[in-house]
Amino acid sequence: MERYKLIPHTADIAIRANGRDLKELFANAAFGMFDIIADLDGITTSLSMDITLTGTPAELLLVRWLDELLYNFYTKGIIFSRFEVLTVDQDRLTARVYGRHVGENRNRLKTEIKAVTFHDLTIREENGVFGVEIIFDI
Amino acid sequence: MNIWEGPFEKIDDYRWRIPKSSMPGMKVPGVIYADETLMKDIRRDKAPQQVANAAHLPGIVKYSLAMPDIHWGYGLPIGGVVATDIEAGGVVTPGGVGYDINCGVRLMRTDLTADDVRPRIKDLLTALFNNIPAGVGSEGKIRVTAAEEKKILINGSQWAIARGYGTQEDLKHTEEKGRMDGADPDMVSERAYERGKRQSGTLGSGNHFLEVQVVEEIYDERAASVFGMEKGQVVVMLHSGSRGFGYQICDDYAIGMVKGLSKFNIAVPDRQLSCAPVKSPEGRAYIGAMKCAANYAWNNRQCLMHLAREVFEKFFKRSVADLGMSLVYDIAHNIAKFEKYTIDGKEKMLCVHRKGATRAFGPGHPDLPSRYKEIGQPVIIPGDMGRASYLLAGTDKAEETFYSTCHGAGRVLSRTAAVNACRGRSVAKELLNKGIVVMAAGRGTLAEEVPEAYKDVGQVVNVVHQAGISKKVCRMRPLGVVKG
Repeated sequence: MERYKLIPHTADIAIRANGRDLKELFANAAFGMFDIIADLDGITTSLSMDITLTGTPAELLLVRWLDELLYNFYTKGIIFSRFEVLTVDQDRLTARVYGRHVGENRNRLKTEIKAVTFHDLTIREENGVFGVEIIFDI
Repeated sequence: MNIWEGPFEKIDDYRWRIPKSSMPGMKVPGVIYADETLMKDIRRDKAPQQVANAAHLPGIVKYSLAMPDIHWGYGLPIGGVVATDIEAGGVVTPGGVGYDINCGVRLMRTDLTADDVRPRIKDLLTALFNNIPAGVGSEGKIRVTAAEEKKILINGSQWAIARGYGTQEDLKHTEEKGRMDGADPDMVSERAYERGKRQSGTLGSGNHFLEVQVVEEIYDERAASVFGMEKGQVVVMLHSGSRGFGYQICDDYAIGMVKGLSKFNIAVPDRQLSCAPVKSPEGRAYIGAMKCAANYAWNNRQCLMHLAREVFEKFFKRSVADLGMSLVYDIAHNIAKFEKYTIDGKEKMLCVHRKGATRAFGPGHPDLPSRYKEIGQPVIIPGDMGRASYLLAGTDKAEETFYSTCHGAGRVLSRTAAVNACRGRSVAKELLNKGIVVMAAGRGTLAEEVPEAYKDVGQVVNVVHQAGISKKVCRMRPLGVVKG
């Protein structure tokens, strides 16, 4: 199972993220997003942050989660690269995320993601694998 | 979402109808402006489905429109135009404006000629690149306090003018005079303030750019002379928007309105078309916030133009006035506006969404500056960095499109496909061979923005010209490009 893959989109960037459960799906979607934003190859982490969010249905919670990370990237300058999603239940998510400040890693930055869209966003389960296609506005 | 498999009915050589009957719940038909050649790409894209989806919006008037640069977006397609009747429960949808609220273009003329600039273009471009902040999360030199920030949101470009970053003449030549009335800073989240506060006077990334161009061809001598354009002359084009500030506002309200859909009993086929009646507290709140972002963006482009003027002054050791650097026009191409139209014999106030579409008022329109009244509104159409950009003028016939026209070339290749197509190639070198110097802040930007990733802007412009919804005035070719 691939964590995520890029899927072609004419104007923006889209990914398909996978996970054996919602926790893994959410973690892999976040990884996919930051892999687009920056070159994560060999990057180490120096800080962590705890995140708790609510939202329903799961698609809304997913957008909230990615939004939260994007907001922290833009306002605190943190490139996140490791995501431990501890719980995703009906309407609540808890996670601990790891990253480091952009600082001397500025040359790692690749793409400005403006936002996570809701367009055609549906989480599907097939043969025990959860998948979702997400379009990022860039 | 799948490729549209429903019918396209040919209305004439430049217009195609998606009938109202082709999808349950459509309130009006869809109409796409395109010729046979462009339709080949459009048929392969998912955008026509989005035209049909938008036809479900409550209060939509006449048709769900798409301009010839239509391509797959989210919610409304890029190139989409939707007008809703606000007295008939018409809605406003953040997905019909887009994340980059008041993304737009401005065109500044100069008295310089290609011969003055071409031999020194590399040095000029380096100076522009070093003085205009660009790239992912770039921060500006223009730092303001929270109180000043609110003034920007309420006053738009007027804020920059009051600081000496431009002239009253610039305001006259900006859509809405650079300021939309009714901006409400209280409707803006803390997060939007935080994302926007260090970004005034920054270009952004991706397809945002500053180009030094030369006027290559004049199609309409009279209009060109009124717009101050002549063959061989150097002009500066800027493409930027409301940066993180606008993105966050769209995000806040798109999420909020998803939850509100059931309250208003609205069914739309895509969550990204979440919306609320214009005349509801939710609708009014979004509009108050959207206008803040629109004003932020106009002020941003004014500040960017000021930075560019400073570079030219230093570089050529001549004043702005002496260089003849005046603003031709500034237009928004992601915005919702309130405009009056006569529908079935009755005058109605409509909420016109233009997402990747440009307002194009015809001659005599009361909102045009006196100088342009006889010609119509200047319409600036940026193309890709290797071919051309156009200046058009609005027409009376554009009333059929709620005075809207195309906004650019429109992509044909995804960014990944463009990057793959450029493996082993140097895009910068290829462009240099064509006499175009490019500099980009972001890694990969040049490959993603390679000319072949876009439709031929000439074809797009030809459709709007032939369909009569705007007319060609002149064509410009890039000499130097700064990309975000």
